[in-house]
Amino acid sequence: MMIRRSLIGLLAVLALAVPALAQEKSITVASTTSTQDSGLFGYLLPLFKARTGFDVKVVALGTGQALDTARRGDADVVFVHAKSEEDKFLAEGFGVKRYPVMYNDFVLIGPRTDPGGVGQSKDILAALRTIKDKELPFISRGDRSGTHVAEIKLWKEAGIDIADARGSWYKSIGQGMGAALNTASASYAYVLADRGTWLSFRNKGGLDIVMQGDKRLFNQYGVMLVNPARHPHVKKDLGQQFIDWLVSPEGQRDIAAYKINGEQLFFPNAADPNA
Amino acid sequence: MPDDVSALDLVLTGDPALFAIVRLALIVSLSAAFVAAMIGIPLGAWIALSSFRGRDAVIVLLNAMMGLPPVVVGLVVYLALSRSGPLGSWGILFTPQAMVIAQAILVTPIIAALSRQTIEDLWLEYRDELTALEIGPLRRVATLVWDARFSLITALLAGFGRAAAEVGAVIIVGGNIEGFTRTMTTAIALETSKGNLPLAIGLGLVLIAIVVVVNALAWAFRRAAERLSG
Amino acid sequence: MIGFVEVTVSVGTVTLLDRLTLAIAPGAPTVLIGPNGAGKTTVLRAAMGLLQPTSGRIVWDGEPRRAIVFQRPTMLRRSAAANVRYASVGADRTRELLELVGLAHAADRPARRLSSGEQQRLALARALARDPKVLFLDEPTASLDPASTKAIEDVIRAVSARGIKVVMSTHDLGEARRLAGEVVLLHRGRIVEAAAAPGFFDAPRTVEARRFMAGELLV
Repeated sequence: MMIRRSLIGLLAVLALAVPALAQEKSITVASTTSTQDSGLFGYLLPLFKARTGFDVKVVALGTGQALDTARRGDADVVFVHAKSEEDKFLAEGFGVKRYPVMYNDFVLIGPRTDPGGVGQSKDILAALRTIKDKELPFISRGDRSGTHVAEIKLWKEAGIDIADARGSWYKSIGQGMGAALNTASASYAYVLADRGTWLSFRNKGGLDIVMQGDKRLFNQYGVMLVNPARHPHVKKDLGQQFIDWLVSPEGQRDIAAYKINGEQLFFPNAADPNA
Repeated sequence: MPDDVSALDLVLTGDPALFAIVRLALIVSLSAAFVAAMIGIPLGAWIALSSFRGRDAVIVLLNAMMGLPPVVVGLVVYLALSRSGPLGSWGILFTPQAMVIAQAILVTPIIAALSRQTIEDLWLEYRDELTALEIGPLRRVATLVWDARFSLITALLAGFGRAAAEVGAVIIVGGNIEGFTRTMTTAIALETSKGNLPLAIGLGLVLIAIVVVVNALAWAFRRAAERLSG
Repeated sequence: MIGFVEVTVSVGTVTLLDRLTLAIAPGAPTVLIGPNGAGKTTVLRAAMGLLQPTSGRIVWDGEPRRAIVFQRPTMLRRSAAANVRYASVGADRTRELLELVGLAHAADRPARRLSSGEQQRLALARALARDPKVLFLDEPTASLDPASTKAIEDVIRAVSARGIKVVMSTHDLGEARRLAGEVVLLHRGRIVEAAAAPGFFDAPRTVEARRFMAGELLV
């Protein structure tokens, strides 16, 4: 009886092993929650699979976590949006080459009524100063994601040492963009978000875009192959194929074609030498 | 999975993404429960029947491990299976196998602790007879486990329930990859972060319904078997 | 066949058997009688090896081949026949034993669903499956109706006739009369009187034995 049960258990585990072996033709891409939550990958990957026949398995984490995953060798390609972090990754020898892919922008989200008058500020730095001075509730992702890195940079540029100046109005939640928006929605707070996730977010509640358009809110995405010299098992040929497609005219066209309610979320700029 | 439909619509129209998620959730959690049973039942039986110094401490520890935080287990398994980790050469991070392993670790203490209690209680009842019949230790374990089989199935279902309900471990070791490692709970987490709260709740109800069905089937099986063997 | 030599069994501060010396010889059944707590069950369990004497020793003539039927036997959750087979016997011997105890018709029924009288007989069949030299029975008919009691007593007689030594305890003096070759009266962990059956019942030698036979409460 016991022997029979053990055999069945063993078969069950083995049965799962077989499909894994059959899926060798695939790559693992460590990316951000914004590319997942906005629905971009859901749209792009079927197009890519139809063209090339192999699977792209996306693990969506924050930028910092995605880069760490790649450093550990658990991904073949990394696709994130924090240039300073990406450059560091390259300098450490974990990446081969950084290719710019697309950009969009960050937007400052807050209660539609904008009780703090934040939207009247002439730029994002003034807006952040207003939030700090009036101690308006603000949600930070606090997770070393691209958005979080950008947020910290902006506080610094506004002359605010946020680690010092934070009080109970500043809530660092350590989670993804969706969670941050849910929290902001529930507590009528301000939050910095990428436009892609904002447009596709379905629980906006009483929130709306309070300020946008400042050049400092520019948000660039880059893609890198994980260095096979550091991690020999990396699928460099398939990974490079994916990267090549993202920056190809075809891939760039597909990225531009992704819209929500007629609005384009991501703007391809692989050809831009300054990106 | 389309965004603006309700979970009920997805069920009724047979949405393939939903069915893939349900299928994976069942395979992962049931496999984990079976693996945990293969380890936990003999372990619980052995503890039930042996006496050694520190036995009480072992039992307390086992009971406490029923409350292992899933996210911690997930993290440890992740670090072990990472390419940079000791078992990296297996290459199974971000696959269903990793999810089964993490959940099996989570569930084994539950099944072991419940088995120990069940078998210890039964041993009290059977001790005189089995001793008088001079039944050796291995056969004793087999007899007790077989006679306790219905209670042990309940322990197995408790383990399955725990596995099916958790998200912390599977999301870390599985990566919530669409089409490959997305289960019911990780899909609910994802829909929540996309703001699709009604869909997330709907999926939650589907998950609960599935667990109820599994339990109902087990109950029916148990009733039928009990009727046959007393 | 079995010798108790100055056997004391104490559990904590309670003394169950007090320097008990008894010789159990082959032949007709030995029946233990006495009030509750006299030590009857303890003698049987000690002889069965389920308890160790605190002092003194229990000696066997040759290898102890023994089996016991408890007052409330525990059946495994399987059929009656399977319970007998559990004692490591083949299908043929199982059928034989079930016939001996009159349970052949219930072979495939779940054992735990049998009546208490039937379960007692099944326990007897299972004990006999061990092919014992000595069969211990602890108040085998205590909770049974007269018909079941007769059935069990008939089997005991049959078993004894086949040469198996029966050592049993009972509360029923009538049963003791019916079955005993030798009677042992126990009280407070000691032997009050041990004698061949007819002599004991007709003319008990000790005062306590006489009072016990007269139906008085021995305290």
